[in-house]
Amino acid sequence: MYNYTDFDEAFVRSRVSQFRAQVERRIDGSLTEDEFKPLRLMNGLYLQLHAYMLRVAIPYGTISARQMRQLAYIADTWDKGYGHFTTRQNIQYNWPALKDVPDMLEALADVQMHAIQTSGNTIRNVTSDHFAGAAGDEVADPRPYAELLRQWSTDHPEFQFLPRKFKIAVTGAEADRAVIRSHDIGLQLLEQNGERGFKVIIGGGLGRTPMIGKVVRDFLPEADLLPYCEAIVHVYNTLGRRDNKYKARIKITVHENGIDTMRELIEARFAEIRPEFSGVDQELLAAIKAQFATPALREGDTAAYDSAYATDPVFRAWADTNLAAHRKPDHAIVTISIKAHGKTPGDATSDQMRLMAELAEEYAHGELRISHEQNVILPHVHKGDLPAIHAALSAAGLGTANIGLASDIIACPGMDYCALATARSIPIAQEIATRVDELKIEHEVGELKIKISGCINACGHHHVGHIGILGLDRAGVENYQVTLGGDHTETAAVGTRMGPGFSADEIVPAIERLMLAYLDLRSEKSETFLQTFRRLGDAPFKAALYPESEARNAA
Amino acid sequence: MPKAFTPKVVTANALIEGDVIYLTESGSWSRSHTDARLFTEEGPATAALSAAELQSSEIVGAYLADAEASPKGPKPTHFREAFRATGPSNYPHGKQVENV
Repeated sequence: MYNYTDFDEAFVRSRVSQFRAQVERRIDGSLTEDEFKPLRLMNGLYLQLHAYMLRVAIPYGTISARQMRQLAYIADTWDKGYGHFTTRQNIQYNWPALKDVPDMLEALADVQMHAIQTSGNTIRNVTSDHFAGAAGDEVADPRPYAELLRQWSTDHPEFQFLPRKFKIAVTGAEADRAVIRSHDIGLQLLEQNGERGFKVIIGGGLGRTPMIGKVVRDFLPEADLLPYCEAIVHVYNTLGRRDNKYKARIKITVHENGIDTMRELIEARFAEIRPEFSGVDQELLAAIKAQFATPALREGDTAAYDSAYATDPVFRAWADTNLAAHRKPDHAIVTISIKAHGKTPGDATSDQMRLMAELAEEYAHGELRISHEQNVILPHVHKGDLPAIHAALSAAGLGTANIGLASDIIACPGMDYCALATARSIPIAQEIATRVDELKIEHEVGELKIKISGCINACGHHHVGHIGILGLDRAGVENYQVTLGGDHTETAAVGTRMGPGFSADEIVPAIERLMLAYLDLRSEKSETFLQTFRRLGDAPFKAALYPESEARNAA
Repeated sequence: MPKAFTPKVVTANALIEGDVIYLTESGSWSRSHTDARLFTEEGPATAALSAAELQSSEIVGAYLADAEASPKGPKPTHFREAFRATGPSNYPHGKQVENV
């Protein structure tokens, strides 16, 4: 894991002390809210529906046990004993008091964490594959590149006032677990003719105008990463629309100018600035890479795992669902579900955070990851340790075997917490998860990505959910619109909007009808919901969603 | 044609805690929606809002929110304001706990 240099440390400490003075001046009346708001947003502090919200960066979703424990301490000391993990691999605290935020930032700085650029029209937290460094299918660990991008983008003087926020994701594998095609810049590590580089995708994004990103470079040599990204952001900063915030993202810039024009402009700017990158960035990258070396994985037999798998059906269900292949066959990647049926997706209590930290220290080389799907990962676990880990997780309400299934729902905070939301997300997710648990069908249904957003900004990624749900305000009543067939992976697609929305009371039965229809429609058990949708189109699913219209048409 | 004025309360968030607050008859701020002053005329409502906006060392983001009279005092007419008045629906945080 990356450890801050003295420079990093001093920079973060100076920002905390600067913000402490700004908070003091706001409270004593020296600063108006108009003056203070941009300053607090630069430090990740929002004012939401019921309280302030502090968004803390977890760069590329990687966190140490010590850091996780500190997040628990912060939750207990200045919040309500829990934190909310987000689709940008960050953590949010929903209830801080303004006067306490400088102390919270100081506590974060104590463990090399911060909230810088988690808000505002800047380059946001760089995200990555939550299995990075452990997955067998990757070309290389993408996190050193993400860390290089983090250092380059933090406080970059040219990019503090972009037309809108700007998001970068990096993956080291062809299998896209980082949603790179829905980012402003998506980077995929490749090797061609023995050389390492990137496929570069720009102009993806969800929100009001969902778009799948377009390839701007098929192969960018590794050494050109920073100047090329700088060229992209420069062109966007120049061309991006500032007249209309809804048209300000790079996806619109690409759409309006065309990918060919964008490529020409980016390449021209790249040619101009490339000579300025003298190689220091590559020296830095080499130093960063050294800090991401795979931990010394232990040898040992896997008898305990084999035995538990053969004799304990609860363990077997969890192992089949929550484990992913590690590049070392006697190891596994463990995804800890923080989506227990009926609970708030992405929320972990401080006790749960401490337990996950303990398990990471005891069994997983002190390292954890946060996934964009709002779960927590132990990336390097010897299989012999899995029964003990499962037992400890189960005792703490963290043993739910539902990763990738219907109750593993992404849900944005929605109107329960977010000032922008137009309807609630969390209760809908809770009710769907509770219902699939009552029906005991989610293992039969298999892989199904349900994603819920409480407004058109799509923080819940509903456009790329197999089943997407968008909460809206229709004449003063919560209304939920369904999209089907979305996909966030390497076969990315924006879902198709179905017919009229459903009331809060109607949406859960509607989702149930979709799942039951799929079970009837699939050609065989191995055909997933998405494959069935792609084979048959939306008609049979629409019929399940709107049985009354179907009956009328038949009459 | 301009929209007819409907009854409103002045609401904001408290500067330090961020709590949802309402302007009362006495001109102070209360955490309870039922304590709010219900404005039935536009002039006094906008005047009260303007005065509230000057209290920037106490409050943040004042605005007028639709409400209606009830036997227990004003109550919200839109679900967003109802959630602001009661707290989030996934945990018994905030007003639900305080009002028990």
